[in-house]
Amino acid sequence: MSMQFGYVSPEQIMKDRADYARKGIARSRSVIVMQYSGGILFVAENPSPSLHKISEIYDRIAFAAVGKYNEFENLRQAGVRLADLRGYAFDRVDVSGRALANVYAQTLGTIFTQDPKAYEVEIVVAELGRDESEDEIYRIVYDGSVFAENGFAVMGGPAEQVAGYVREGFQRSASIEESLHLAVGALGRNDGGESRQLSTSQLEVAVLERRRPRRTFRRIRGAALETLLTEPNRDATETTSDDSGD
Amino acid sequence: MDLSQIGRLPTAFMVSGTSSFTDFLSQYAPELLPGRRLAADAGRGDFSGLAPHGTTIVAVTFPGGVVMAGDRRATAGHLISQRDAEKVFQADEYSSVGIAGTMGIAMELVQLFRLELEHYEKIEGTVLSLEGKSNRLAHMIRANLGLAMQGLVAVPLFAGFDLGSERGRIFSYDPTGARSEEHEYYSVGSGSLFAKGALKKLYRADFTAEEAVTACVQALYDAAEDDSATGGPDLHRRIFPIIAVVDHDGFDRYSDDAVAPIVDRVVSARSSRPDGPQAPLN
Repeated sequence: MSMQFGYVSPEQIMKDRADYARKGIARSRSVIVMQYSGGILFVAENPSPSLHKISEIYDRIAFAAVGKYNEFENLRQAGVRLADLRGYAFDRVDVSGRALANVYAQTLGTIFTQDPKAYEVEIVVAELGRDESEDEIYRIVYDGSVFAENGFAVMGGPAEQVAGYVREGFQRSASIEESLHLAVGALGRNDGGESRQLSTSQLEVAVLERRRPRRTFRRIRGAALETLLTEPNRDATETTSDDSGD
Repeated sequence: MDLSQIGRLPTAFMVSGTSSFTDFLSQYAPELLPGRRLAADAGRGDFSGLAPHGTTIVAVTFPGGVVMAGDRRATAGHLISQRDAEKVFQADEYSSVGIAGTMGIAMELVQLFRLELEHYEKIEGTVLSLEGKSNRLAHMIRANLGLAMQGLVAVPLFAGFDLGSERGRIFSYDPTGARSEEHEYYSVGSGSLFAKGALKKLYRADFTAEEAVTACVQALYDAAEDDSATGGPDLHRRIFPIIAVVDHDGFDRYSDDAVAPIVDRVVSARSSRPDGPQAPLN
């Protein structure tokens, strides 16, 4: 966007930036954040075991992101610092997901309008409440817009389409196995609606678990994830065969 | 003021490179750091009488883990300022920290240390080694040297389960931050002389977790008998030593209900033999 000749309308500049950011975000694979009976579940298609898309921010707050890794990693670390600073200066109960979502929105908004390059990221800040009616899921997009999501949020990749699949089967009261099956099934559908089976090594899964004291964030991987995925599926519409290998 | 910074997170938050919360604080909000408040005009006075003191902490290893225990008394000079003080804390999933000395300094140090470990874990996505944790604590004690020289000193005892070598380990510190690994058992605080003497006779290399806990309770009882600043078990108010066990399954702080029968056994045995169990002479 350097050296432009003549007049370019502000609308055009913003549109170009938005298109640029959106393209970057759509290139990455989807992440699903959804409520389930025991808390909030995070599922991402992520072939890397160490470059996380889902992370812990604080006792009851987690972060999920899609887009450019260095950019959302920067935001994640800033969020951890902010949360830890607040908890240290005041008290652990005074760290809230809403405040963090606000700060992210402000920061992304300012970067979008003022920096030479917009951040190609979309993030979710989820906070576990005392019960499911108090859970909060905020989705913040590249230009700083915030959406308070109801029940679940999908971002990255063919987000609309994946969200459609999730919406069909979503239930707040579903068990972790059912929710996980729904999410993995939704992530595995390609544009034509055909399904492919994602293996555990392609998945990044974590939960904010309501029954845990203090730090509620927990990653589910390896054997534990395998067990949850191969659990007899109570949802009859899904036909994930018993491929315990893979 | 830099106008380009309005409406976004300050630069200090966005700069990568440090996974230490203390380092971050020292750049962004140094006034929140402990140990930076040495008053220039305070001179070299001794201010140790200014604030309450916590007293005796003991730690004992057993095959597969380590036990840490602390009495509940805090004193201010000749007065008992608190009878249910807590001086043994969970540092993280696999370690425990107990502190003797000026309570205010100690609490602040512990709070920051716990946060330091958690912060590292979140930023890096992995946990520090036990050595790394104990070194981090040494750095933080060093930062308090100024206040320590004015008498406001806190000395921690750090114990944890080493996931690498699968055993419990104990680290002690002096007020200048020197760290040394202790073997088998150790104690800090005003009653530590007596506690260590007791543990010397009670320690067995083949302790079970429960036997190690009992040895800690015995040692604290002996410390409380001979040191006025260490509190014994308060049977009427049911205030017992704080007991924490760290093993392969992580940190576990015993509930009062779990500590009560052990304390009751120790105390009732002392009614027939007030000096406690007898070690064989040869």
